[in-house]
Amino acid sequence: MMAGSLALFVVFLAAWEWGPALTGIPPFIIPPASQVWNSFLRMLANDQLMYHTAITAFQVVIGFILGMILGMVVGFILGMSPTAEFILSPYILALQIAPKVAFAPLFVIWFGYTVYPKILVAVLIVFFPVMINVLGAVRAIDPDIVRLAKSFNASRTQVFWKIEFPASLPPFFAGLRIAATLAVIGVVVGEIVGGNTGLGYLLTYGEGSGNTAMVFVTIIMLTIIGILLYGAIVMIENRVLHWLPGRMRPA
Amino acid sequence: MTKVRLEFRNVAKRFPAQRKSGDIVTAVEHLDFALAEGEVVSIIGPSGCGKSTLLNMGSGLDPASSGEVFVDGEKVVKPNEHVAFMLQKDLLLPWRTIRENVEIGLEIRGVSAREREPISLSLLKRCRLGDFVNHYPHQLSGGMRQRAALARTLAVDPAVLLLDEPFSALDAQTKMVLQQDLGQMLGETGKTALFVTHDLVEAIALSDRVLVMSQRPGRIVKEIVIDIPDRPNPMERRKSPKVGPYVADLMSLLHIDEAVV
Ligand SMILES: Nc1ncnc2c1ncn2[C@@H]1O[C@H](COP(=O)(O)OP(=O)(O)O)[C@@H](O)[C@H]1O
Ligand SMILES: [Mg+2]
Repeated sequence: MMAGSLALFVVFLAAWEWGPALTGIPPFIIPPASQVWNSFLRMLANDQLMYHTAITAFQVVIGFILGMILGMVVGFILGMSPTAEFILSPYILALQIAPKVAFAPLFVIWFGYTVYPKILVAVLIVFFPVMINVLGAVRAIDPDIVRLAKSFNASRTQVFWKIEFPASLPPFFAGLRIAATLAVIGVVVGEIVGGNTGLGYLLTYGEGSGNTAMVFVTIIMLTIIGILLYGAIVMIENRVLHWLPGRMRPA
Repeated sequence: MTKVRLEFRNVAKRFPAQRKSGDIVTAVEHLDFALAEGEVVSIIGPSGCGKSTLLNMGSGLDPASSGEVFVDGEKVVKPNEHVAFMLQKDLLLPWRTIRENVEIGLEIRGVSAREREPISLSLLKRCRLGDFVNHYPHQLSGGMRQRAALARTLAVDPAVLLLDEPFSALDAQTKMVLQQDLGQMLGETGKTALFVTHDLVEAIALSDRVLVMSQRPGRIVKEIVIDIPDRPNPMERRKSPKVGPYVADLMSLLHIDEAVV
């Protein structure tokens, strides 16, 4: 399995390196792998690549965490209060349908070339999958389980911490996985729209100067940020949800 | 004089109309009976006659519309530590091990982990789950899960157990084994139990008395005292020649009620 993936990667790199030349595709359309690598090294030395990557990663992580907390809290509140959900549901639906990245220019107008518009887009985009999943999980709890707890004289807080919170975790993590990939999109769009830092800025810079290899490097860096975030979530999830059927580690 | 553990005094339960045009639904009425210390009483009746409603009032989760329920002489107005219930669904929490599930009632009541452990371990051993204390519910069979639910119910040491068709989702053999477990546990601990079932033989094998309920509005139309010895041994009791006549009795009682509708 592992060897297969690795072999495929080598084939892919080879095709990337020599494919464009063989098929007559010019380097400004698809630069060969070696050129992208050289560009990577050059950007490290001259273009503060790591600085821009760190800025983007920082905004992604902050936006992700804030969106996650907000989504969880609102998900629980709406899940526990059918009235609140009933009143708010049309607005939530409208906001959910609205393409979140379209808010980026608005946030840039509001907050200028700072980190805030990017973080805000990420928060907005992360919020929904988390909120919807937590809300659904709270709703799906068997009322008889809550009655059982109440028959033991459980307080509202105890019902929350012993039942509602743990029951919401599997859908919560499913929401986080989706949110992890979306958070990167949100931040990058924010940076493309208005900024002079971050990988989104390097993307527009590369585009403006016709530097295709630079765009390639930036895309790869963005993907790496996404993969790291996703991987971290999967790792935490495997620890927290170790009790899920089919996820038990052999004893 | 044996002590009265659970008592219903002229209890009725009415539900508000579901739709504007609908009438108030009287689920049960004129419930008047008592369980003495250590007694096991079964309730049978057509489905929808209010058996679960009756148990819910006993647990204090749903108030009676009129009349009063007493446990140990105290009027039941909210959930209290004298009563514990068990349903057809095991209601085990998938993220807790079997031991943690059994301990949940004690945990909610603030019993320390150190005090909980010997209680849950000894109950699990008695429910023949000693080798599964650290397993998760999904790793157990239906019968084992229901035994864990029984252990959870007993862990809080209730004066009265309310059991709502606890074995009705199990296959016939597993069910007999669990009836035996329950019969033995009730015998050993001397607990009082009110047991709802639709299985006539189960009711006869496990109980001192069987109360028969009518169609909705549910009332108790008949009390049958089960005169078979050795109540903690339902397996043997099932084989008694007296079971047949009791079953015939109950069948005719339930048929009469069906004919009335
Ligand atoms: N929360 C409720 N609201 C309205 N009607 C109810 C409610 N709970 C039960 N009922 C009605 O009361 C009757 C008795 O229900 P239940 O106690 O569940 O019956 P059983 O357990 O004997 O099958 C049924 O006809 C049911 O429709
Ligand atoms: Mg019922």
